Amino acid sequence: MSTVTSPLRPKRSKLLTGVMVLYLLYTIVPLAWLLLSTTKTQDDLLSTPGLWFGKSFAFFTNIKDTLTYNDGIFLRWLGNTVLYVVVGAGGATLLATAAGYGLAKYKFTGRRAVFAVLLGAVAVPGTALAVPTFLMFSNLGLTNTVWAIIIPSLVSPFGLYLMWVYATDAVPGELLEAARIDGAGEVRTFFTVALRLLAPGIVTTLLFAMVSTWNNYFLPLIMLSKPNLYPLTVGLTQWSNQATGVGARPIYNLVVTGSLLTIVPLVVAFLLLQRFWQSGLSAGSVK
Amino acid sequence: MKSHRWGIRRLVVAGAALTALAVLAACGGGSKTDSAGGGTTTGSADAVDAALKAGGEITYWSWTPSAQAQVTAFMKQYPNVKVNYVNAGTGNDHYTKLQNAIKAGSGAPDVAQIEYQALPQFALPGSLVDLNQYGFSQYESAYTASTWAAVHAGSGLFGLPQDSGPMALFYNKEVFDKYGITVPKTWDEYVAAAKKLHAANPKAYITNDSGDAGFTTSMIWQAGGQPFKTDGKNVTINLQDDGSKKWTGMWNQLVEGGLVSNIPGWTDEWFKALGDGTIATLPTGAWMPGVMESSVKAGAGKWAVAPMPTYDGQPATAENGGSTESVLKQSKNPALAAAFVRWLNHDEGVKPFLASGGFPATTADLKDPAFVDKTSAYFGGQKINQVLTAAAGTVVKGWSYLPYELYANSIYGDTVGKAYQSKSDLNAGLTSWQDALVKYGNEQGFQVNG
Repeated sequence: MSTVTSPLRPKRSKLLTGVMVLYLLYTIVPLAWLLLSTTKTQDDLLSTPGLWFGKSFAFFTNIKDTLTYNDGIFLRWLGNTVLYVVVGAGGATLLATAAGYGLAKYKFTGRRAVFAVLLGAVAVPGTALAVPTFLMFSNLGLTNTVWAIIIPSLVSPFGLYLMWVYATDAVPGELLEAARIDGAGEVRTFFTVALRLLAPGIVTTLLFAMVSTWNNYFLPLIMLSKPNLYPLTVGLTQWSNQATGVGARPIYNLVVTGSLLTIVPLVVAFLLLQRFWQSGLSAGSVK
Repeated sequence: MKSHRWGIRRLVVAGAALTALAVLAACGGGSKTDSAGGGTTTGSADAVDAALKAGGEITYWSWTPSAQAQVTAFMKQYPNVKVNYVNAGTGNDHYTKLQNAIKAGSGAPDVAQIEYQALPQFALPGSLVDLNQYGFSQYESAYTASTWAAVHAGSGLFGLPQDSGPMALFYNKEVFDKYGITVPKTWDEYVAAAKKLHAANPKAYITNDSGDAGFTTSMIWQAGGQPFKTDGKNVTINLQDDGSKKWTGMWNQLVEGGLVSNIPGWTDEWFKALGDGTIATLPTGAWMPGVMESSVKAGAGKWAVAPMPTYDGQPATAENGGSTESVLKQSKNPALAAAFVRWLNHDEGVKPFLASGGFPATTADLKDPAFVDKTSAYFGGQKINQVLTAAAGTVVKGWSYLPYELYANSIYGDTVGKAYQSKSDLNAGLTSWQDALVKYGNEQGFQVNG
């Protein structure tokens, strides 16, 4: 990288480098702690320094124990999380793309009202809506089912906003007109012309939806009381809380190992999709 | 473990929100629940045996470590009964879900574990079955007086005691010997020991307390305070009564003097501190040995147990923690659920519970020489149960929790917790806690005097 010289290359600022190094440490140290901790037994976790290895190397035993504890409930939670992400985040992306495109490219009455509602919805944190959502779902008899997690995940106001803004710039109106003149129907235009142009935006929306569904904690916490339906976030919290009160049985080694296993898929998703993501974020910036 | 603490934070907020909803619901729909309950639950002692014979299916929510083993043993003994065991979470997680299901009108288990402190909150709005109708009052003599009182709300009997937690002083003998500290018999001696220890080793503390509602209420209880009184919808709160002030007068010296560690309980840091001598004593419930043996291995051979220090040197203690199993009003087979509760906490279920390290509420087990005189290798060969069972007999009488204790606990950190953070007068914290509780209670439809 250093061989490439660019006339625009700015001078190095010692201050900025220092700040970046601090930030790097800030993000790397917890990860290092997590990695090191997964190599320790429960006893070593409590008796050896956090940022170095323990007396024994228990990484593989920990992984095995995490996957087999309580009849392998962890794998079940992993499967649940994957289901919620694939159906929930996938569906949210699809809906946000279609709706964002529609709002950006069609003129109809009530568009401004939709925009106002949308901005409001982006501003309200999902956590605040969890309890009212719970009461609604319990009236419908949907609590304690997978739908209690999937249906709320399908709605992503931020994703819709993103797709709307992105579609406004990324899909030229002239192109759509050309498609119409060539005799393509609206649905066909959307799938064959617009969708391709929207790809970077879609990946961005998908990543955001994936992360928020993967990390979704509060909604499943109150919606679900069957451990069989828990996603990883709620399951791991339950393991962690096992260390509390009368009859406490801490299994911190399994909690940290489970946490590591939980973030691996997200890290992989980011590594695979990040080039799309970068182009998505900067889209429209040169206009 | 930062994320973990955030989780608890959110959870407490959630718990508070749902508690508010549940209490509201209880007040709004009270008459409806009452009439329905009165009409459908007519049972008798015979009905329980008949239900057990007929068999059926029930669901049981609990986080007791021995729950799975107990359920398995029960189904072996009664093959025609199917018990679906669910661990819906520990403490607040569990209550949030239980409260949700009660509010929703469906989805609650037949039998649920409920801590003594949370019992009034579920019993008074009519969410639990009064077991008097099955003649369970006949089991009174089987339990300690304090736990028997704890499973009552008003005149109703809402569960059978599973365990008890008479408080004792757990201390790190190695640390005491090293710094020449004698085991304190009075709280004055305890404060003196705290000063001596911290002066000798600034990294060591007599105990940890970063503000824990359960500990505070138990300590006020031991000091003879009765800050919460409930009579129907009338609630009286006085966190400045003689007992409360007695406790703050003593504990203030530790908090204001920076003599207690601010490590929060039940964290990895805390378990570590118990093993390496950073925390020298724990005034806590008699269930602690089971926890230490399984989870503080580094402390093996170092710890010992003594009776709780008192204000006047006369033995007196309080309960800390402990649970009951209750039958939910939502249960479609309350007689069978009651039979399961009886088996769990009165009959064969007690043994697997004790085997897992639990501390009993049953007088027969508390008197059993095999239990009392058992030597504990972890506690250096001490017969710790002699101390702990003696404590069970000296619990101060007359205590009761608030009918919204879970909410009260959830806002403890925002009120009294501030006094801990600023190392200032606990009385100011207790007063602001009381103000918040009076306000909240009145909003929920209680008549609160405070």
